[in-house]
Amino acid sequence: MKLDAKIPSGPIEQAWAKACFDMKLVNPANKRKHSLIVVGSGLAGGSAAASLGELGYKVKCFCFQDSPRRAHSIAAQGGINAAKNYPNDGESVYRLFYDTVKGGDFRAREGNVYRLAQISGKIIDQCVAQGVPFAREYGGSLSNRSFGGAQVSRTFYARGQTGQQLLLGAYQALERQVQAGNVTMIPRTEMLDLIVVDGRARGIVARNLITGMMSVHIADAVILATGGYGNVYYLSTNAKGSNATAIWRAYKRGALFANPCFTQIHPTCIPVSGDYQSKLTLMSESLRNDGRIWVPKKKGDPRPPNEIPEDERDYYLERKYPSFGNLVPRDVASRNAKAMCDAGYGVGKTGLGVYLDFADAMSRLGEKTVRERYGNLFDMYQRITDENPYKAPMRIYPAMHYTMGGLWVDYELQSTIPGLFVLGEANFSDHGANRLGASALMQGLSDGYFIIPYTVGNYLATNTFAKVEESQPEVKEAVAAVQQKIDKLLSIKGKRTVDSFHRELGKILWDYCGMARTAEGLESAIGKIRALREEYWKDVTVPGSGDDLNESLEKAGRVADYFELAELLCIDARDRNESCGGHFREEYQTPDGEAQRDDEHYSYAAAWGYRGPDAPPELKKEPLEFNYVHPSQRSYK
Amino acid sequence: MKLTLKIWRQKNPNEKGAFVRYPVDDVDPEMSILECLDVLNESLILRGEVPVAFEHDCREGICGSCGFMINGIAHGPERATTTCQLTMRHFKDGDELTLEPWRAKAFPLVKDLVVNRQAFDHIIQAGGYVSVSTGQAPEGNNIPVGKEVADQSMDAAACIGCGACVAACPNASAALFTGAKITHLGVLPQGEPERERRALSMVAQMNEEAFGNCTSIGECTGVCPKEIPLEVIANMNRDYVCGSFNRREDLPAPVAPVVPA
Repeated sequence: MKLDAKIPSGPIEQAWAKACFDMKLVNPANKRKHSLIVVGSGLAGGSAAASLGELGYKVKCFCFQDSPRRAHSIAAQGGINAAKNYPNDGESVYRLFYDTVKGGDFRAREGNVYRLAQISGKIIDQCVAQGVPFAREYGGSLSNRSFGGAQVSRTFYARGQTGQQLLLGAYQALERQVQAGNVTMIPRTEMLDLIVVDGRARGIVARNLITGMMSVHIADAVILATGGYGNVYYLSTNAKGSNATAIWRAYKRGALFANPCFTQIHPTCIPVSGDYQSKLTLMSESLRNDGRIWVPKKKGDPRPPNEIPEDERDYYLERKYPSFGNLVPRDVASRNAKAMCDAGYGVGKTGLGVYLDFADAMSRLGEKTVRERYGNLFDMYQRITDENPYKAPMRIYPAMHYTMGGLWVDYELQSTIPGLFVLGEANFSDHGANRLGASALMQGLSDGYFIIPYTVGNYLATNTFAKVEESQPEVKEAVAAVQQKIDKLLSIKGKRTVDSFHRELGKILWDYCGMARTAEGLESAIGKIRALREEYWKDVTVPGSGDDLNESLEKAGRVADYFELAELLCIDARDRNESCGGHFREEYQTPDGEAQRDDEHYSYAAAWGYRGPDAPPELKKEPLEFNYVHPSQRSYK
Repeated sequence: MKLTLKIWRQKNPNEKGAFVRYPVDDVDPEMSILECLDVLNESLILRGEVPVAFEHDCREGICGSCGFMINGIAHGPERATTTCQLTMRHFKDGDELTLEPWRAKAFPLVKDLVVNRQAFDHIIQAGGYVSVSTGQAPEGNNIPVGKEVADQSMDAAACIGCGACVAACPNASAALFTGAKITHLGVLPQGEPERERRALSMVAQMNEEAFGNCTSIGECTGVCPKEIPLEVIANMNRDYVCGSFNRREDLPAPVAPVVPA
């Protein structure tokens, strides 16, 4: 099988319009005869389910939370990019496209990124019409701000709660379709397997998390919008429930998994405070617009930050990257913070932290303006650390945040299993090796509102769908496999908790496959992961039963998948003998410590295929072509 | 420090529940109360007991999943703080904390500290949206919205749907939640065409669920982690009254309510 990305030929500006015209349509009267499954209710899933419901399809939407409004998109703080050029500062579709391809370190597909930039403006229009209360100027027009990795102000925001407001917009549109009878919302239900019949995705096996009841749902197509796999690292900025089980089970059913090693470490998070730590809290990247990052020039300087005079501070990002300064992309900012701490300049109890200082902004703008821009973030920081960022600088450290890798999809967002579509963070398509700030919300909504309604129609219009019965062997086999796994996990009754395994797995990944990686380290990580996985299946203990609300059991299934995913992540990282974006291999760096790409050998998306529990995965390559933005050494100096 | 957690344990809605006391040693003042429960649960699992069920997800105060009564106060003693962001430094060595689920007829208990809040989704389904389908939107800047109006809308839109307002209200009223959505959309020009109809149908749905009535006590806004102001209830009442004069025949039927166990 050759990977066909199905990118339309011809000029990139017309590619999406051409594709839309070439796609077959489903007659309005026939739409209600087609059933669709959407798994996940975040920005991608919620907007997809709502839009498909509006078109008249019969949609079932699943989420594991008690309500679709809880999806983790809600936690996105900073904003959403769009090529509106309201500030008249040189923004254009082409520039957003260019910045995204370059920011992704030339490992994203040009066609997809261009389409994303083209659609970005319509997303803002749609959200405004839904009543999303974006920040406004006094004259009533929409307000913009700049964001990490960009030199134009293209980011729209709603205080520090942009994700929340966009998600509520999608959630409300979704609930409107529930009321209209077009969407059936199935909350507190987790997808545990994909049903593939005659090579096509035809349904899912799901488990009700309250009653433990297993159910089978059959449809004409399945849309996964289940987010990223950052929680494989245990400590991350993801919600505790965010997990990779849906995409992982799809991988094991034949969908290819692309670029798993492209993970993003976010530079501005609150540092870890103790072993009990359950998650890491992000401080929006927008803080870097007005905050200045520094460490003391003297190693292990014991003085409180306010007593360290100006000339004894090292504003290392401004020093090393004069043109972007504190606004360098995330991968660069994270790596530099790590380098400073590794060299002994870190601050705070653990030495794993750098200062993010607002003193200059306070004197330039006044406390009132700073409060207006970042008030809720400052409050959150104070609530967690008991320190007042209006008076002393924040302490921040990088943390696992986002995964650019995910299930491989073509231009139509269809995976290698026909009828299985993958949207948002769950796919791999648009961000290459590093995502720019405020682009995740853009991608999720672009996929859900404006792409899938067209492409899924094309799939439905060009295929016929035989009835699938629950008694069919494919269905029975999937249900039995899920049940067997649950029974197995409950029956081990070992001595270690699921969380203790997960924490240990996360530590291995963070140490060997985090901000800096080496072939040797990855090799040893793979060994450690395998050994720990073996121990897991012998010694984990899962209390309670499978027939009521049992969070330990839910976690046990997810962690079992994380072991396998962690191994693939390391295999991919080991296989990619170059540094690019978030994937930094210490062996491959420029003389001044920047990521050194190898375009001659690695200008491709690495799509891995499952070949069985003990066989190594099979690598398929999708070569990347750059006809518009020519690969260059990224420079933010 | 050492604490005692007195926690409501109830296997399911049909069985009787009871408080159980659990001593927890090694409480770090920096940990959140949910991390304190994590530590307790780890030890319960290792002792072969069933861990305490509680709802949580983002653990950064925005998803609205978490929440229980802590010493009789929804989300605990700190103002404008969700349960997940409540750190243990607000308590003293030797304290006993009583943790119990939201108690409201409209939020039937699921297990331990977990309740069913689907009634909130039903209220949104009844009209908590602007009826605009994907693709129908005009250019974003075509309709100017004054900064003050956008701010007022955002203040109300900040609601996370956690249910603390209902849990704190002696009447178990959902007026603050419903009023917040009616205000968020109603003050914006985009929400204006449906303003009265929205208020009528959302209030009708609220009454259909097992919530009590608002008697303007104000406990709701006091415990609200997002400090939704009490004015949103006045906005709801105003839109409802105007709507009942103007659009009496226009009422959609409420959707099926949550049937309390």
